[in-house]
Amino acid sequence: MTLADLCVVLIVAGLIAYTVLGGADFGAGFWDLTAGGAKRGARVRGMVERSMSPVWEANHVWLIFVLVVFWTAFPTAFASVASTLYVPLGLAALGIIFRGTAFALRGQAATINEARTLGAAFALSSVITPFCFGAAVGGIASGRVPVGNAAGDAFSSWLNPTSIVIGALAVLTGAYLAAVFMAGDARRAGLPDLERTFRDRALGAGVVTGALAIGALFVVRDDARSLYDGLTSGTGLALVIASAVCGAATLALVWGARFELARVSAAGAVTCIIVGWAVAQRPYLLPGHLKLEQAAASHGVLEAMLISLGVGFLVLVPSLALLYRLVLQGRLDKDYEPLGQRFEP
Amino acid sequence: MTGELTFAAEHLAGAFGRRANQPDLLQARQMQALSFAVHIPLVCFGIAFPAMVLFVEGLWLRTGEPAYKALAKRWSKVMLILFAVGVVTGTILSFELGLLWPAFMANFGDVFGLAFALEGISFFVEAIFIAIYVYGWDRLSPRAHFLAGVPIVVAGITGSLMVLTVNGWMNHPTGFDIVDGKVVNAHPFSALFGGNLWHELTHMYVAGYMVAGFLVAGVYAYAWLKGRRDLYHRAGLVVALSFAALAAPVQVVVGDWAGRTVADRQPTKLAAFEGVGTTTKGADFHILGYYSDGEVKAGIPIPRLLSILAKHDPNATVQGLDAVPAEDRPPVNVVRYAFQTMVGIGTLLALLGVLYVATWLRRRRLPRSVWFYRAVMAAGPLSLVALIAGWTTTEVGRQPWVVYQVMRTSQAVTDARGLWVAYILLAAVYLMLMGAVAWLLRRLARRPPEAEVAS
Repeated sequence: MTLADLCVVLIVAGLIAYTVLGGADFGAGFWDLTAGGAKRGARVRGMVERSMSPVWEANHVWLIFVLVVFWTAFPTAFASVASTLYVPLGLAALGIIFRGTAFALRGQAATINEARTLGAAFALSSVITPFCFGAAVGGIASGRVPVGNAAGDAFSSWLNPTSIVIGALAVLTGAYLAAVFMAGDARRAGLPDLERTFRDRALGAGVVTGALAIGALFVVRDDARSLYDGLTSGTGLALVIASAVCGAATLALVWGARFELARVSAAGAVTCIIVGWAVAQRPYLLPGHLKLEQAAASHGVLEAMLISLGVGFLVLVPSLALLYRLVLQGRLDKDYEPLGQRFEP
Repeated sequence: MTGELTFAAEHLAGAFGRRANQPDLLQARQMQALSFAVHIPLVCFGIAFPAMVLFVEGLWLRTGEPAYKALAKRWSKVMLILFAVGVVTGTILSFELGLLWPAFMANFGDVFGLAFALEGISFFVEAIFIAIYVYGWDRLSPRAHFLAGVPIVVAGITGSLMVLTVNGWMNHPTGFDIVDGKVVNAHPFSALFGGNLWHELTHMYVAGYMVAGFLVAGVYAYAWLKGRRDLYHRAGLVVALSFAALAAPVQVVVGDWAGRTVADRQPTKLAAFEGVGTTTKGADFHILGYYSDGEVKAGIPIPRLLSILAKHDPNATVQGLDAVPAEDRPPVNVVRYAFQTMVGIGTLLALLGVLYVATWLRRRRLPRSVWFYRAVMAAGPLSLVALIAGWTTTEVGRQPWVVYQVMRTSQAVTDARGLWVAYILLAAVYLMLMGAVAWLLRRLARRPPEAEVAS
């Protein structure tokens, strides 16, 4: 394994963490959006707020991590991606501002109307941002990002069949993960009705996501043949199958209300498909345009970054472990309160 | 060395092999400037506020006085809100590096990327412990809770250190060579610590304490004038104001160091600070006025002061703007007004700080005049203006270069179209963001302090 490969491993690991942890936060916004009217949705929205509060900033940092490793290790590829895909990436960035702010503010809302306005901004951007990120990934994977300063098409690079299905998959995957995680949180908080609500949603979202994933393979076959070939042969195929197995296992576990195991298998399904994508487009970083070894920064740069990150991880990993341990023990939990209750006399 | 690099700049074909052709370069720069202006005040709170919060929590741990706990808890909520907003505005900045300046990233992303990787780790640690600290009130033991705050203070410092290494490097680029129009032989560590890091870092840290301190103190100065002078409000005023008042006079010394380093390493930038058209021996300093046709007009001259400030020698020669071709000079009036604003406000704030400290030392009490408290209320917004002016001074003063004397900003920009649409969108979103944060903080401030310790 070369140093450049190691950097790809880090980027893929960061993407997995962001998709699983950050994606679930986006998915929580999806359920917020679809929770129904102020009264009917109050319990679901209260749960969304309770589950997300302590962790969303930490989950978000994975995105920064991916960006930074990408541009340091593969500067030309990063610049090509950012300049060609500036529309979806710009929209995703604006969505991040909306989401973070609206979420931070909603906890302080004093009337139901304020809470609803902020909630709508939060929820809508929770859908737009993962879609845009997914569409950008689709643009890269389908070979629509050439090397150069804004050298690719500003629109067809992300408004194309592959981008649209991957964008939709990103939204649904987040929703699926969020429902699985929140069903577990509701069980821990001793709220059986919400446990049932999120269990049903997890099952529904799981079936839809699975169906779309299968459909996506056909779209990719017509639109991005080399990606399809990578996903349907050798290691790529094995990972796609593993992802499907994990997905099916998650459905069974959720059905049986084994939420803690379902957390793990759901994350496994996401992990397999992201690794599968990376394997499928090997040895290309920008399929059809730029190979990994052409794109990599010099040995000295990669070495300096990897060593520094290694030292950093010595601090970071125990810190993250502490945070998630405290969260999973419920030590940082906010008290559950249906959103809207505090506005009632 | 500098001459060679300037020559190299004209030949920096770069990773993309051709020049960008961007009609909206100004919009790209405005967007970046706007994003910095929104983010940098939040950075000040990231640098200075955790230490203040911990200081107050420490007071509570020592005395057991509930008012201190209420204050620390309230401040920690403000800290979390500002951090959350800083997370999103910081994300925008890292996106913009790629979205607006892809050619800069393609050529130099590897040279300075290490700093951002380390900053990412700091940022991560900060996010983790801020969550533990704020959500851990009354759930962790007091000692564990206090200790959870310590990494926030450390990470706030290391994170901004890393970002400043990059700015220091852009102003004084080292750690790479240019061969045949390409950037080669990147040495990340010497790039990071070989630049203008140390004075920029010190200048920014002290500024962080001034901005956060005066802004927070202003809130309690207002309460003081309204007659709310209980322990809670008194502690809020004294702690925040003490940090700021001690920092403000120190900034004068640090500013002098920064100015002399610029005079030494970026003489054209220094010439723009003061509008020195032609190289002058024993140069005068001008207050106010405007720069036109190679000289400052309608200003108040102070003989030889510029030579004294820049070189600590009244007869020293100060290099003028005419030492470089016109296309290599920054826009003088913008830089000069920004510089004068920063220095003017900084001087006033230093005087205010000295007055407060002197009163305390001589009389062991707070000043009594209402004008003092009004001045403290004004000091917060003014320190913010000085902060932005200071960054305008150094960043516009760096123009037309993105990497000083190596790569022009016009070479770095994206080739994408429609930047003005993005600029309008971003400006609208940021306007909303600022309104929302102001609304949120106001709402938080209206709650009685007792609410913090009741539950």
